[in-house]
Amino acid sequence: MRSIHGASETSGLRVRGLTVSYGRRGHAVPAVEAVDVDAAPGEIVAIVGESGAGKTSIGTALLDLVDPPGHWTAREVTLDGETIDYRTTHTRGRDVSVIFQDPQTALNPLFTVESQLVHMVRHHLGLDRGAAKRRAIEMLEEVGIPDAVARVGQYPHQFSGGMRQRVVIALALACRPRLVIADEPTSALDVSIRAQILALIRRLCREKGMACLLITHDMGAVAQISDRAVVMRDGRAVETGPTTRLLSGAQHPYSRALIAAVPPAHRRLPRFAVPDTGAAVTDAELERWLRDRPTAGGDTPLAVDELTKVFRLPGRLFGRGARAVRAVDAVSFALAPGEIFGLVGESGSGKSTLAQIAAGLRWPDAGEARVLGRRFGPTTPKAALRGYRQGLQMVFQDPYSSLNRRMTVLETILEPMADTPRAVGLRLVPALLERVGLPRDVARRHPHAFSGGQRQRIAIARALAGRPRVLICDEPTSALDVSIQAQILNLLKDLRDELGLSMLLITHDLPVVRQMCDRVGVMQSGRLVEMGPTERVFDAPEASYTQMLLTHLPRLPERQPAS
Amino acid sequence: MSAVLSAPPRVGALFLASPKAMISSAVALILILSALCAPWIAPHDPFALGSFSLMDSELPPVWSEGGDPRFLLGTDTQGRDVLSAILYGMRVSLLVGFAAVAISAAVGTLFGLVAGFRGGWLDAVLMRLADVILSFPTILIALLVSGIARGLLPDTRQEDYAVLVLILAIAINEWTQYARTVRGQTLVEASLDYVKAARLSGLGDGRILARHILPNVLSPVIVIATINLALAVLAEATLSFLGVGMPATQPSLGTLIRIGNENLFSGVWWVVVFPALTLVLLVLSVNLFGDWLRDALNPRSE
Amino acid sequence: MARFLIKRLGQAVLVILAVGLLSFLMVRTVGDPVQSMVREDATVAERAALRARLGLDDPVPIQFAKYLGRAMQGDFGISYRNQRPVAEMIVERLPATLELVLVATVLALAIGIPLGVITAIRPRGPLANGVQAVSLVGVSTPTFVTGILLILLFAVTLRWLPSFGRGETVELGWWSTGFLTLSGWRALLLPSLTLALFQMTLIMRLVRAEMIEILQSDYIRFARARGLPQHDIHYRLALKNALMPVLTITGMQIGGLIAFAIVTETVFQWPGMGLLFIQAVQFADVPVMAAYLMFVGLVFVALNALVDVTYAVVDPRLRTGGAA
Repeated sequence: MRSIHGASETSGLRVRGLTVSYGRRGHAVPAVEAVDVDAAPGEIVAIVGESGAGKTSIGTALLDLVDPPGHWTAREVTLDGETIDYRTTHTRGRDVSVIFQDPQTALNPLFTVESQLVHMVRHHLGLDRGAAKRRAIEMLEEVGIPDAVARVGQYPHQFSGGMRQRVVIALALACRPRLVIADEPTSALDVSIRAQILALIRRLCREKGMACLLITHDMGAVAQISDRAVVMRDGRAVETGPTTRLLSGAQHPYSRALIAAVPPAHRRLPRFAVPDTGAAVTDAELERWLRDRPTAGGDTPLAVDELTKVFRLPGRLFGRGARAVRAVDAVSFALAPGEIFGLVGESGSGKSTLAQIAAGLRWPDAGEARVLGRRFGPTTPKAALRGYRQGLQMVFQDPYSSLNRRMTVLETILEPMADTPRAVGLRLVPALLERVGLPRDVARRHPHAFSGGQRQRIAIARALAGRPRVLICDEPTSALDVSIQAQILNLLKDLRDELGLSMLLITHDLPVVRQMCDRVGVMQSGRLVEMGPTERVFDAPEASYTQMLLTHLPRLPERQPAS
Repeated sequence: MSAVLSAPPRVGALFLASPKAMISSAVALILILSALCAPWIAPHDPFALGSFSLMDSELPPVWSEGGDPRFLLGTDTQGRDVLSAILYGMRVSLLVGFAAVAISAAVGTLFGLVAGFRGGWLDAVLMRLADVILSFPTILIALLVSGIARGLLPDTRQEDYAVLVLILAIAINEWTQYARTVRGQTLVEASLDYVKAARLSGLGDGRILARHILPNVLSPVIVIATINLALAVLAEATLSFLGVGMPATQPSLGTLIRIGNENLFSGVWWVVVFPALTLVLLVLSVNLFGDWLRDALNPRSE
Repeated sequence: MARFLIKRLGQAVLVILAVGLLSFLMVRTVGDPVQSMVREDATVAERAALRARLGLDDPVPIQFAKYLGRAMQGDFGISYRNQRPVAEMIVERLPATLELVLVATVLALAIGIPLGVITAIRPRGPLANGVQAVSLVGVSTPTFVTGILLILLFAVTLRWLPSFGRGETVELGWWSTGFLTLSGWRALLLPSLTLALFQMTLIMRLVRAEMIEILQSDYIRFARARGLPQHDIHYRLALKNALMPVLTITGMQIGGLIAFAIVTETVFQWPGMGLLFIQAVQFADVPVMAAYLMFVGLVFVALNALVDVTYAVVDPRLRTGGAA
């Protein structure tokens, strides 16, 4: 499996010529090719790249956990000058350890935190039961879990998400490894918790002198805690260097494009500087058709007024009965024609529920929503909804579930065009595909033939086929890689400019809001805590919650001209 | 609709690449076809009373000592040809099996779709009913249905209704599986964004169910139907073996085994072993094919 | 937790009521109790008197309530066929069935769980492939065929074991047991093996599927990444997770076995409740059928309750509250 020669005198991790392949020999597919990585004690080295770049495979290989028939080789894998010996059972966990991504699934639900920690330190360090328990409590204190003595005996489900990730870190670091691999350690967490966990990882690495490989797609995390970074693309390291230098003046064109695609939080760009694959082509008939939409109703494209939605959670039977949570709590705002209005908040803030009510997909409990003067309230009959939704379309988060996998692109896009003769529709669909940057001839294919970004373009084409005046975009880019995100955001902006669409953009991503929106509303626990022009909210936030969110934003260094 | 029913091309390719799938489906197909063609291919007519005589009774299979080339697999205590009886018996077994599967699949899928999509009291009632049925073993419920039918029907008509009673007894158990699976799948599909998009495109509930949800819940239905065909054949055989299924005048494989079992100690083993082997082969081949189909249609492997 | 238990209790009551209603309707509508109890030449007046005495003139809900009340006191009426109290007949047959089911369950668990674990850990090994093949034949072979083949081999051809009955039994109060004599055990061997085989395949497949899924879970991958020994991961960590659903299925299956014993008891002429029931079905002896149904319903509900309580004790997510 491995061929490792020689050793060098350096301290920390030194990897040379790492190659990982999947699939059987003969037709093996390389995921990582000849990658070199170094990480000194106490240093955090980020491995960044988009999906499919091979960054996770590097971590899997360094833990020797590549599942057969996959395999890995390297010319050299040394830790403090010694070749890592994967044949002893103590290498993993004691010398090299890992922090998993999702704290909800990384802990065995049937064992207490104590038993999981004790099991580990007894196995690797041979401590007796008492000493192992003391070590367990010590570790929980070290990762910042309050009241560790009491909580060590609890089960994972008794900890909140952020606390659980701290337990995962305690488990990873319990035996004082010299190298820790953090594989997307914060992508399952909310913004505010994310910053805390990153700071914790940084502090522990510095204090304990651990080398750390931070595997991530998140440029913010890279900027916040890493010392150096390796940019990966298609299994190869395209550029390596100090993080600040890479972010401000990358040499390789791919690194530059990747960094240019990251929306900055602190200033507004007119447009993302990314190459648009397949520039939008306009077709005279399509443009006429798109603009020939019913112009009934008032001037306000979309408004919500004191909109409220209450969820009843099953309470304890002998407690106070069912608890009610106000998922959306008396929210009001109105969109101006041609405006992009952003709604931001963390998970559970009610922003997606609000979007679905505004789209007429769920009933409010109080208040009302209005689309082009048509009203939708708690008592609106189901039969009236079809009328309410006219002129309104939606783009969803997950491009995989938003397209019916059994229908061709053509059938999908024709569906909202019921009021147009089929012959005309068949002519328009290829033009519509070109309009959103896809080739004309893909109409007969099924969704599985497309990448995430292409699927999102299909979803946008379907939305346009409904000839909307209002487009609700619910996290339209959060499932996409950053360079694809930039392309989709550019496309949405263009559509607004050219077709005069009004958009409600729901997102948790503040930098995206800054780039896209004219005005922004900030939601917290169902309430709209702040609303105003984007520049004002970002530069002089009034609500303390908005201030808190903004302080957690990583600041990427300003880009300088490449030397 | 044609796009819906035609399986994706990869299932066809997988089929040709799998010896398990090809052999099991070939065996099942041969058995089903020979049952269907029993009147033309069976060497004797087991129902024509005049065609067999006690002179030929209890002849062993042809390769044993005393075997008769006219009776390949030997004869029973009345001189009936075992092979012909098996072919005709399989016909009855398969008739009950296919009918039970067709009824339960149609009813179960419909209930599941409606329960999952509509929710509310209808969902609650249907699913509680399924819970109660599922909490009892198939065989017990089937026996009860058959016992009640015996109590309600006049003695003289029981044999005429035996097939219908069996089909009902089995279908009453099996619709629950489709209903539960389809309901679960419908809940998943209905929560997906493409259904919301279809609503925004102006589609009503009925068209969303027919155009979007039904095609996406059909693959588990096909898998369950295949495996349930095997189960239905087994259930029919068990009921007939217990003496509450098909009467001796219209014997199924289970009836044949019951009759043979009564003479087990006289050493006439072929009368029970050959129908039993046929039954196992039939069920095994359908099960194997169902197993393969489940893997091939599994969305996880896509 | 309390909510969970109350909900389960509600479901249990619902099942009992449903089963009771079905039994009642069976007794009430299938066959005429008066017809089956009076002499052929009884007068209209005599019949009417009997109707009144049996409470058949009361409104149906009242009759149902009375039926349930009598059932709770163990009065299930008189068998049409044997003219004996049904409860008495059931109690007489109870030990035979329960002993058979007990041995079959122990066999199924003792063989099924280890086989499931081994085939999950080495899914491509020769043992796993062999076990998979045998189990597929196993689920395709009806119980009665297995039983007949075992009789043909061990009783008819080899003459090692008896083919029917319980052998010698010993009376312990009202309980007659076959566990205390050699012939009792010899008689038990084939029927319990027949009954266990089907459940064994089921348990094996379930354990295998659960183990395979759990071995791919994040927390097991994390445990491997922390260098915990293979042996601990398989038998200390994953097995505990995999056995949780096995607990549920086993609870349900014991109930299933009692009903499934109908077939085994018929093949081996085992003098248990199943044989009693199948005779009742053949002769449309409705009171016996109804009582058996009620009995099995009760066993199911009791076993489900037992499983729920065990679950609540074993699973920390149910035992303790949610996230702090």
